[in-house]
Amino acid sequence: MKTSTVIEVEEPIRPTEWKAVAQKQKGRNGSGAMNWLALRMLTGDRAKYTALIFAISFSAFLITQQASIFGGIMNRTRSQIVDVTDADVWVMDPATQYIDEVYALKDSAVGRVRSVPGVRWAVPFFKGLASAKAADGKFRSVILLGLDDGSLAGAPEPRKMLLGSIESLREPDAVFIDQSGYHFFFPGEPLQLGKTFEMNDHRAKVVGIVDASAPFTSFPVLYTRYSQALDYVGRQRKLLSFVLVKKAPGVSAGDLTHRIETDTGMKAVTSKQFGWMSIWYYMRHTGIPINFGLTVGIALIVGTVVAGQTFYLFTLENLKQFGALKAMGTTNLRLVGMILLQALVVGAIGYAVGMGLTATFFVVSRSDATRGFFMFWQAMVGTLGVVLFIVMVASLLSIRKVLVLEPAMVFRG
Amino acid sequence: MERAVVCQGITKWFGTGDAKVQALRGLDIEIGLGELAMLVGPSGCGKTTLISIIAGLLDATEGNLEVLGTRPTDLSQRAQILFRRKNLGFVFQQFNLLPTLTAAENVAVPLFVAGVDRRQAVEQASELLDELGLGDRLSYLPSNLSGGQQQRVAIARALIHNPQLIVCDEPTSALDAKTGHMVMEMFSEVAVRPDRAVIVVTHDSRIFEFADIITHMEDGRAVDVEQGRGIGHGLVRSLTSQSSDRPLIERTS
Repeated sequence: MKTSTVIEVEEPIRPTEWKAVAQKQKGRNGSGAMNWLALRMLTGDRAKYTALIFAISFSAFLITQQASIFGGIMNRTRSQIVDVTDADVWVMDPATQYIDEVYALKDSAVGRVRSVPGVRWAVPFFKGLASAKAADGKFRSVILLGLDDGSLAGAPEPRKMLLGSIESLREPDAVFIDQSGYHFFFPGEPLQLGKTFEMNDHRAKVVGIVDASAPFTSFPVLYTRYSQALDYVGRQRKLLSFVLVKKAPGVSAGDLTHRIETDTGMKAVTSKQFGWMSIWYYMRHTGIPINFGLTVGIALIVGTVVAGQTFYLFTLENLKQFGALKAMGTTNLRLVGMILLQALVVGAIGYAVGMGLTATFFVVSRSDATRGFFMFWQAMVGTLGVVLFIVMVASLLSIRKVLVLEPAMVFRG
Repeated sequence: MERAVVCQGITKWFGTGDAKVQALRGLDIEIGLGELAMLVGPSGCGKTTLISIIAGLLDATEGNLEVLGTRPTDLSQRAQILFRRKNLGFVFQQFNLLPTLTAAENVAVPLFVAGVDRRQAVEQASELLDELGLGDRLSYLPSNLSGGQQQRVAIARALIHNPQLIVCDEPTSALDAKTGHMVMEMFSEVAVRPDRAVIVVTHDSRIFEFADIITHMEDGRAVDVEQGRGIGHGLVRSLTSQSSDRPLIERTS
């Protein structure tokens, strides 16, 4: 029997022409079919393929989830700063390091700041803790924010008002409360204005319900007028926490903060700078970053080791096949391309699964307690980089093994 | 007869220092187009090293090699790979089929390597398998094929790109006697053509009858050459590789 199937890949080539043919065939290496072949090799071994996907998904999930929660916690440390949208600059005692530990200023500080050229307006802003008691005796510390009586500067944005209006804060004993605080003091009740509770034996009447950013602590957030706030916490010699400043048109925030510091001796920072001051304080003085960093590090190591080892074993088990492909005329470059493709495919699938798991986690765990926790795009991008690192490390050993592979090994039984 | 392979004084050393081993000792051999040549000899005599060198998978330490009129040493590394891709077919002892590919896809692999479109390649592979009697096994994975069927798939893979030289390493050693004989029968029919040479390394004396020329090797040398299709036709010559001043093989056809 003689086969009639004759496939001429090319016309016969004279020996002297081989160099030219080699040049001509550069780049024509059957990449489509060989890529398909690489993927068939990869997905054929279901157990290892699944293990690879699992290792990368697990790492991607853990890293994104932990990094996002860390980001959420750090964001919470500056939530009261972020919620003040109408001021450009915060002025404070030079000893102040972050928003939750305030060294009070003298009341005269407001006037001194107002006198600095480039200041459009400057108003007092109180930030402190008070004790609130509901009608049923429920008791809790609250974060109390006192806004300038005249301008109400520092009030929540109108879009954050779930019920009530900013102007209603001018009513006697008026307070805004954030949604989770309302649910704490009035559990199971629908959002409703007119509810009352007590702070320092003073009546507080809910005239607005706010979607305030979640604070670092889980305390309810209350807004009231500055004068009212002083009643709620009890009069002391110095109670002015911050001076909020709006810069005049054409003045840069950087110049203004410098001028305020020079002229008044107080510390002046932009809202953004103050936010980062608070974040860095928590980063430096708490074990939070170490704790989350450890988890992320372990996820990275476990992912790299498991994925690397599994991928390497996968290559070792296919070494004969790679050798046969080499013998049949597959170039090293093509084999490297095949391995990288395999690695990138498991990386992409693992990353996608990991992101899906993380998104599911944040949707399922959504509650008052987890306010402000969401998937940070920065965490997603960072995790993508980590996954790329994992698959590159995983494929590196395999690539080395295949590159040094003697094709003659296919003849060794 | 046109010469497919010419080896002159081929020497191969492995390792260095005290661990240095000489696998081939100035070996001379010629194989013509249209011939099915067998390399036989005890384990460690250098058969596998020799076919690895002929196939361009190993470099000889010394000596001259000409394959299909080309001296591999004259080619760049890339040109050597392309030369191998186009002109050589391989049949391995353990078949070396890709376990995740079907029979037809396995046969198509050399065409994939050569850059042929996947669908076209698989179609051509299917036609060839059909001719080899495996038309009903096209979509079977190697694990679902018998040893004989796997080796037929491997043979089809070696033939699919119509190479001028086919190198087989112990093609029947993993098969029982009957299957091995059937496979060789089929192989000699489909593989041997006037414009192609086939080299088979084997221990299996039961398949010697398919050889046109049998080179007996010992200790890195060709110690005996039997020539002519079918052993026992009185065409036996005994030559040694030391006699480098005269042709190792005298053609009888």
